[in-house]
Amino acid sequence: MAFVTANWNPLGDAFYRKIELYEMTWNLRDGLKDCLKNGMIAAAPYGGPIALLRLPQQRSPSTRPQLEIYSSSGLALASFPWKSGEVKQLGWTVSDELLCVQEDGTVLVYDLFGSFKRHFSMGNEVSQSRVLETKIFHSPYGTGVAILTGASRFILASNIEDVKPRRLAELLGLQGAPTCWAVLSQDRQSKVLVSNGSNLYILDNATCTSVTPPGLSPQASSVIHMCVSFSYKYLALLTDSGHVWMGTSNLKEKLSEVDTNIKTPPKQMAWCQRPKSQQPSVVIMWDGLLLVVGECKETIQYHLDEDCLLVPELDGIRIINKTHHELLQEVPDACEEIFKIASMAPGALLLEAYKEYEKKSQKSDEYLREITEQNLLGEAVKQCVEAAGHEHEPETQKTLMRAASFGKCFLSSFPPEPFVSMCRDLRVLNAVRDYTVGMPLTHSQFKQMTLQILIDRLVYRKFYPLAIEICRYLKIPEYQGVSRVLKHWACYKVQQKGESDEVIAKAMSAKLADAAGISYSEIATTAYDSGRTELAIKLLDHEPRSGEQVPLLLKMKKSPLALSKAIESGDTDLVYTVVMYLKNELNRGDFFMMLRNQPVALSLYRQFCKHQEQETLKDLYNQDDDHQELGNYYVKASYKEPRLEARIGLLQSAVDEFYKAKNEFAAKATEEEMRLLRFQRKLEEEKGEPLVGFSLHDTITALLSVGLHKHAEQLYKDFKVPDKRYWWLKLKALAEKGDWEELEKFAKSKKSPIGYLPFVEVCIKHHSKYEAKKYVSRVTPEQKVKAHLAVGDLESATEAAIERRNESEISAVLSRCSANTDQALMERLNRAKATAVKK
Amino acid sequence: MAQTERRRDAPELPDFSLLKRVARDQLIFLLEQLPGSKDLFIDADLMSPLDRIANVTILKQHEVDKLYKVELKQVVSTSDQLCFLIRPRIQTVKWISDLVNSDKAAGRFRRYKIIFTPQKFYACDNILEEQGVYGDITTDEWNFYILPLDDDILSLELPEFFRDNFLEGDQRWVTTGGSALYLLQNMYGSFSKVYGIGRCAKMVYESWREQMEDGEKRIKQPEFAKVFLIDRDVDFVTPLCSQVVYEGLVDDIFRIKCSSVEFGPDVTSSDKSIKVMLNSQDKVFNEIRNEHFSNVFGFLSQKAKNLQTAYDKRRGMDIQQMKTFVADELKGLKQEHRLLSLHIGASESMMKKKTKQDFQELLKTEHSLLEGFEIRACIAYIQEHISRQVSMIDSLRLLCLLSLTENGLLSKDYRSLKSQFLQSYGIHHLLTFANLRQLGLLVEQQSGETLTVMESKVGKLVNDKTVGKLTDAFSSLAKKSNFRALSRKLALVPKSGEEYDLRVPRDMAYIFSGAYIPLSCKLIEQVLERDGWTGLEEVTRMLNGQEFAGSAGGHSSDAQRIILVMFLGGCTYSEISALRFLGKERGCRFIVVTTAITNSARLLEALLENRA
Repeated sequence: MAFVTANWNPLGDAFYRKIELYEMTWNLRDGLKDCLKNGMIAAAPYGGPIALLRLPQQRSPSTRPQLEIYSSSGLALASFPWKSGEVKQLGWTVSDELLCVQEDGTVLVYDLFGSFKRHFSMGNEVSQSRVLETKIFHSPYGTGVAILTGASRFILASNIEDVKPRRLAELLGLQGAPTCWAVLSQDRQSKVLVSNGSNLYILDNATCTSVTPPGLSPQASSVIHMCVSFSYKYLALLTDSGHVWMGTSNLKEKLSEVDTNIKTPPKQMAWCQRPKSQQPSVVIMWDGLLLVVGECKETIQYHLDEDCLLVPELDGIRIINKTHHELLQEVPDACEEIFKIASMAPGALLLEAYKEYEKKSQKSDEYLREITEQNLLGEAVKQCVEAAGHEHEPETQKTLMRAASFGKCFLSSFPPEPFVSMCRDLRVLNAVRDYTVGMPLTHSQFKQMTLQILIDRLVYRKFYPLAIEICRYLKIPEYQGVSRVLKHWACYKVQQKGESDEVIAKAMSAKLADAAGISYSEIATTAYDSGRTELAIKLLDHEPRSGEQVPLLLKMKKSPLALSKAIESGDTDLVYTVVMYLKNELNRGDFFMMLRNQPVALSLYRQFCKHQEQETLKDLYNQDDDHQELGNYYVKASYKEPRLEARIGLLQSAVDEFYKAKNEFAAKATEEEMRLLRFQRKLEEEKGEPLVGFSLHDTITALLSVGLHKHAEQLYKDFKVPDKRYWWLKLKALAEKGDWEELEKFAKSKKSPIGYLPFVEVCIKHHSKYEAKKYVSRVTPEQKVKAHLAVGDLESATEAAIERRNESEISAVLSRCSANTDQALMERLNRAKATAVKK
Repeated sequence: MAQTERRRDAPELPDFSLLKRVARDQLIFLLEQLPGSKDLFIDADLMSPLDRIANVTILKQHEVDKLYKVELKQVVSTSDQLCFLIRPRIQTVKWISDLVNSDKAAGRFRRYKIIFTPQKFYACDNILEEQGVYGDITTDEWNFYILPLDDDILSLELPEFFRDNFLEGDQRWVTTGGSALYLLQNMYGSFSKVYGIGRCAKMVYESWREQMEDGEKRIKQPEFAKVFLIDRDVDFVTPLCSQVVYEGLVDDIFRIKCSSVEFGPDVTSSDKSIKVMLNSQDKVFNEIRNEHFSNVFGFLSQKAKNLQTAYDKRRGMDIQQMKTFVADELKGLKQEHRLLSLHIGASESMMKKKTKQDFQELLKTEHSLLEGFEIRACIAYIQEHISRQVSMIDSLRLLCLLSLTENGLLSKDYRSLKSQFLQSYGIHHLLTFANLRQLGLLVEQQSGETLTVMESKVGKLVNDKTVGKLTDAFSSLAKKSNFRALSRKLALVPKSGEEYDLRVPRDMAYIFSGAYIPLSCKLIEQVLERDGWTGLEEVTRMLNGQEFAGSAGGHSSDAQRIILVMFLGGCTYSEISALRFLGKERGCRFIVVTTAITNSARLLEALLENRA
């Protein structure tokens, strides 16, 4: 504890510290020298992996370079001989994928474990004029690649997930490589800043603009090195005069300028600024010397024994050499406040108080009093918690947290969340910093990266148990946490060629059984993709959502299974998907056979055919010998047929089918329809009356209305129209026409099967009281009253009603009486009613 | 009056206008996906629902230039961007692909976007692909599942649900039903208990449960206590009866569309037609909608008198009083006056139609059928009805009622009635009869033997797993509508001879003049009373089983007495009135979710085969 400040160096108002992260476990006999010289080394940010391309010792054409990937702690992750073309640059994407840019502009993408994923090209121009230099950068859109071609042109792709190489404007007069260049991100566009000779230029899609950084020292004649900060907000330029200019990356504002007094070109330069820090700072590395430059004139110098690689991070710089891995950063405020020598900050006092308390000394109380008197105890606890987050040594973390916890005892209303969550974060961080995992994340990096991503990265590195532990420990909902990890584990597991289906399936069900929301279909897809169809089917059985099962089953050509799964799901849309797929996949016969066994699918397909393929519908019914439906089909088809002969032909087919279906009723009805149609046509031709298509009833009506009584009569007889119907029909038709004479003839032709009351009513309906009266006398006694009432003959109605002594009829007559009616009549009615009731 | 004030402890209903807002926002978002001015083509049956969500002004604000109805004809639009708002129907999609192809042939470049509502079906994509226009069209889904028609009526506005699901055996709308419930649950909190009856109801419930399991679980104070799902084919009798409650009658005669009705000149007593919104906002309508028609006239005239008195108050007012009168009351009175005169007009027009001899006899026949009384006379009446060509739909309705209540027709009657019907209305109704038979609406009485033979024949064809499902599918074909037995068991038909005072309804039978308690509503009442299906085993057996009950994950809180009833295949206004009555009696509120509002005419029209 006493030595916390031992590795601190002051620079201006701030302190910088160098912490050892790991002793590298790798065994690089010849160090990093070669790799560094050729740019054949790259380390991913956020404590990511390191990739090296090691050239063979003897330069013989038969030996190939070796590509090696290590974790941040130097554990080997992959190693394989490089068999592709000459590599110009290695780099990592934001999602920890390795990019190898070849001389011909092809970019190969590998995963963390060195398995090839894909490749893309930077375009024809690059492959023709070759790659001179390459930079990999991170833009808001993802990871990008910038290439300087042999023809001194810059080609840029902002996002390798969606490669669209852009050619930037030409820098006139540039031949070969410029002194130095860097990719800037401005206005959501990636641009290139180039130093050529004594000038600086910004290149974008269309223009090449010359720029001068404000306030650059006059001694400088050219910029020999430049670097952009991690956030792409700041830019540092090193001039030939040894001055370092620091400013914003839009070159509008200068932050500081420091003279290093070294005029040789450096090996590497990088920003080393903590977010929210007051002081801009840049680290420059020469052979054997590392310089930290800030605002003030002084600099910090470190001597280096080994060749190093600087890896810029969000809040500092990692320094990797043959044996060690260190972190150089500005000391965070909270740490500085607490540990600075003779600090009187509340946090420092609290730490002291705690230490004394441990020693069981009463001084503890004094310190505590001092804080509480200033009312700063809350602040003190906060400082301790924060500082603990920034410390790497678990012992220091513990001490600080204990101090915070001690201080908290004296506070009544201090929210527990920051303390608790810091404890959790630290536990997670310490776990991933372990050299077996090798992710040296700082607390700020962790917060920036988010827990989700951290878990993703652990999964990516196949640390499944650790990821699950973390999820459980942090109580992440199963969906996003444990289940997701398990799914990845399962996907990995099914790719293991060595194990039998049985073993894997067993292991799966044991592990995944109680996890909620596992998508078995994804696992099955992976299994299928790695050629294990049987296993995939087994796994799919566990998938509860049929919507997920079916597409994969189709892909695996297990169509019958897919169909029955789709039907089980009750999701019609899914069934449709399968049916349509099968339709194109199978020959017609097989397809129909399959549908036959699946009525739900069959009815769906019929629906489809009704709208799309009438002919297929027929074939379907045919295959099933469904004569009833076939009959219906022909009947339906007949409507659409304009030509009468064809129409009758179709109906004949319908009749045949109906007979086969033993539906004699329908057959007979259809036969009649055919007869009717022929009759209608004949009459149409003879009389020119449009009749075809009418129902029998309407046909007769039409005939009557034009006076073709004979023909109507013929139809009536031929088609055995019930008497009642015919009488009604004729009555209405004649009345409609006003052919009273004919009506009278008709009424007298024989005894009406519907009685004569309808005659009366229909006449009245057509406003002919005179005609109506003709029939009143013929109405049966039971209906007499109604008939009289219908023609408005109250007196006769009264007579009839009284005669019949029927109470309800008398009431009916009464209800029609009004004030104007004869009083005597009403009296009679009332009297008759009374006697009727008595009876 | 039946319309007593609702019980004071009756719960407040949730605010369903939120659903409209959500739907509107999503639509606007989708429209903005196609920036610039565009012409919008709308499916004819989406027009009215759309109007309730976003009117023309809103559409214009989002750069919709012209509006067209989808008519499956040539397009005259000159816009370079065409947007189609349609139901996922094969025909429409085909039409659009043809349009795109003809544009292509003419060398014309346009941008096309199809917005499917409420969801896209795979078949649609498939058509686009087959027609080779998949890449030319962008598609989207407008998840507009529910249109609130009134405070207590939510509609999916899917009239085709009935035919697709029950006749064609196409279950694609099942997930829509599930999604609608899921949406309600997400927005208004979960349910404590679920009951249901019917095959489709069960499937909807499954689909809803699946979505629940997949989706995020949000714990919300439940707003609904229970939900009851019912298939239309559980009770066909009720929708086939003539409606005599005011709202139902208006629907039967004038056809209410999306809770708006167009009153013709005979009602408005002018030469113009007027469109009127019929919902609880209309004070006059709200008071008479659930009334038996015979009471409506008396009520309206009372109302007119009250109005007159209110107007008369002016007399003898001083200036100041007059001023406040004009400011505060006059507008309300005027509005009321307008509505009153409309409803009086409507009632008069209905009176004219309905008090005729024919209608009285029709009702009498219906009641006899329900009671199972003087069946021969009923058949004779139906025969006459057919041979006089009174009304095709009504004839069909009576035939179906006869078959349903009598458990099928005797062979002799079946044949003779059918052939008479064909003579009257044409041979193409052969197909209609085939459909009715399939649904079990109009069947021949069958001896037990034939059925078993058929089932075993079918059984041989398929493997074991699907046998259950298949027999379900065929059960409708063979369904016995044990109406008589059900009616006895549940006391659906009150004893005849008793006087029924329609002014003071005793039970839900008042909606059919006291002649019949709707089976659907009675079932709901019974299940809610028993809190499950126990004790109703015999009833469910007669209804072909398929009942279920479950908990829906929500916490049970008895304070919530809002009950959601979902009708799959449509419900009638009469049923809604009956449920409102039940709610009043029990001190709870019912919310009706239906795939569409239906009535006898719509139900039967859905089963006709188009001649075109």
